[in-house]
Amino acid sequence: MRDSLRVFLSRPIPLVGLVIFAVIVALALLAPLLFARGPFTIVGMPLLPPGAPGLLVGSDVLGRDMAVGLAYGARISLLVGITSTLCAVGIGVLLGAVAGYYGGWLDDLLMRVTEFFQIIPSFVLLMVLVAFMQPSLSSTVIGIALITWPQVARVVRGEFLSLRGREFVQAARTLGMGDVRIIFTQVLPNALPPIIVVGSMMVGSAILTESALSFLGLGDPNLLSWGSMIGGSRSAMWVAWWTTVLPGLAIMITVLALNFIGDGLNDALNPRRRR
Amino acid sequence: MAEPLISIRDLTVALPPGADRAHAVDGVSLTINPNEILCIVGESGSGKSLTGHAVMGLLPRGVTASGGQILFEGADLLRLPLSGIRKLRGRDIAMIFQDPMAALNPVVTIGRQITEQIRAHRAISEKKEALDLAGGLLAEMGLADPKSLLKCFPHQLSGGQRQRVMIAMALSLSPRLLIADEPTTALDVTTQAQILKLIKRIQTERAMSVLFITHDFGVVADMADRVAVMRHGRVVEEGAATEVLGNPKHSYTRALIAAVPRGVSTLQPVAQDKPLLSVTDMSKKFRRGGIFSSAAAVKAVDKVSLTLNRGETLGIVGESGSGKSTLARCVIRLLDPDEGAVLFDGADIARMKPRALRPLRRRIQMVFQDPFSSLNPRQTVGEIVIAGPRAYGEDIREARARAADILRLVGLNSETMNRFPHEFSGGQRQRIGLARALMLKPDILIADEPVSALDVTVQAQVLKLLDDVRQQMNLAMLFITHDMRVAAQVCHRVMVMRHGQVVESGPTRSVFAAPSSDYTRALLAAIPGRGRLAAV
Repeated sequence: MRDSLRVFLSRPIPLVGLVIFAVIVALALLAPLLFARGPFTIVGMPLLPPGAPGLLVGSDVLGRDMAVGLAYGARISLLVGITSTLCAVGIGVLLGAVAGYYGGWLDDLLMRVTEFFQIIPSFVLLMVLVAFMQPSLSSTVIGIALITWPQVARVVRGEFLSLRGREFVQAARTLGMGDVRIIFTQVLPNALPPIIVVGSMMVGSAILTESALSFLGLGDPNLLSWGSMIGGSRSAMWVAWWTTVLPGLAIMITVLALNFIGDGLNDALNPRRRR
Repeated sequence: MAEPLISIRDLTVALPPGADRAHAVDGVSLTINPNEILCIVGESGSGKSLTGHAVMGLLPRGVTASGGQILFEGADLLRLPLSGIRKLRGRDIAMIFQDPMAALNPVVTIGRQITEQIRAHRAISEKKEALDLAGGLLAEMGLADPKSLLKCFPHQLSGGQRQRVMIAMALSLSPRLLIADEPTTALDVTTQAQILKLIKRIQTERAMSVLFITHDFGVVADMADRVAVMRHGRVVEEGAATEVLGNPKHSYTRALIAAVPRGVSTLQPVAQDKPLLSVTDMSKKFRRGGIFSSAAAVKAVDKVSLTLNRGETLGIVGESGSGKSTLARCVIRLLDPDEGAVLFDGADIARMKPRALRPLRRRIQMVFQDPFSSLNPRQTVGEIVIAGPRAYGEDIREARARAADILRLVGLNSETMNRFPHEFSGGQRQRIGLARALMLKPDILIADEPVSALDVTVQAQVLKLLDDVRQQMNLAMLFITHDMRVAAQVCHRVMVMRHGQVVESGPTRSVFAAPSSDYTRALLAAIPGRGRLAAV
């Protein structure tokens, strides 16, 4: 593990990703301290350009400070990205591990269920789910988790399938260990690297998905997110570019940083790709 | 003496920085004369393979020949441009490898693979002519029905057939030097004997030279005209085969020859009292084919019975596919047998439910074949060794204290507990695997090919350790091996298996002295170097 960390930190691209991500996280965490008045407070005329007095990056269609909106939006984007990924990884690991470890009819059954989720256009399914549960933060998180767990389950199943035949797993069985113990202490630690890689990439795509939902007005109406900022400003797109371009850039940079980190983890945790 | 065909002068092969030593091959000088077999023998890491690969210009990426010359017909192969080497490869110098499955292209027929090679070097425009040539070669390799073999794909052939095809390909352009890199290591003993005989016959018929790379002194005794012994990248001894084998000068050569098991049994059978374990009429079938094809069942184990006493080692010997490993896995219930009973301590464990089986599991333990996959790479040795006792609820401090003792018993110091498996050599890992099994104080130890992945000197040490442990702990041992020589060394009784059935069983001494079945006789006759290696 220590070797992996060294490999990870010795390359420029993942390091850049990590620094950018750290800045965004810091901004999100410090938002209530920096901007105590909240993102919905109207501070001036609408559509003031960046650089106007007291407004670093301008104001939006309702005259709210864009900088405050971006900082608070980061909170929602990161919260949704991380929690929905954690839920998806939890479901995916559990089902994938059971399918891969036990095999047989249980594997067939679980994989057909997984495929069921994969063959439905996932964004359409997500919209139906969120609309059905009433748009809110938790429905967004649950919805995204429900459409993304299959990819984790596939990866975990594959890893478990190949690992369960290894002799150290057989040895654990002859030692009299129970299945649960073998799954969690013997197999899972060896399957962790690909799970971490897939997870880091999924955070980025969850942020994108959340933005798309909010853009369509299916996000929590009481919270400001980058997606809803773009959605709310789309009528002003031609007269005030900053109202849509800046939240868009924020999304892009965050997702890019997460992909850089994911790539770096992939190189660092995959022994075959280490020099 | 005639002019040598190839002379290697002061060859040095550098390893990439960060490797365990600077040079894989360090100033090696060798000559290969026309019409002779030179064997390079050494343990893994001795640089013997890289020497062979350097001649062929096939050094792996990052590894370069940093000094010396390889002279072939006045040209230095190390300084030849790639186009020049390519012309020589196949036409003048050909090579065969350890794993014929990996060396053959799985999606191309045998016929096309051989003819492609021929047509790459010779102007044969007629496809039929090339195919006829290929068929003739296969016939020369002793393969029956070469016409239909040409249409086969590699996976349809047996291991021995594949290696014959590889040799046919190598010989298709009548090279003057054949480099054979451990060509029989992946094969069964009887197949190995056939392939060795084939290479020898062809070498004589075609009067060519062979550079034969091997780790097995038994094979050397069968094949070599001259021998070079390598260690740590250097040649420690070189000379005529009779000289090196009969009167080794260097202490390392003597140690290597002494470590080769002789295939002579000296063990007395243990007195037979009430058996600790008895297996009766066990069968295990494997189903082949999927949902749409009719399922053909293969009987991997077919009505096998055996008994095992305390303090005794029973050897189960057989070639690959004989069902010996399946039998062991059924006994320890990694697989569920279809029929038959396994009586252990008065209870039939063949059909026991997992919950009832758990308390009994600790009394039957196993040592696995592959030292690289049998230890969890993410756990420290300490965690690996105490995992068993922990599963039965033993106190962690007590278990660690005991682990230190057991590790000492298998010849490792207790500092190893904080290190990870990848920091150890193959032999040390097998010791760790043994320690893990012994932590549960088993009554029965099943050893599944525990030494087949190890170098011969390490093999001898591990075998001795297993025997010592058996005596000290009064264990009953089920020892599975494909190697008759190893079986002779550690087993009191042996059971010979073929196609899932027991061919012959009895005390090792009498089976080896007077085998009652033709199959056992064939196995014994196939032992490489039998009768040619003098006792040292």
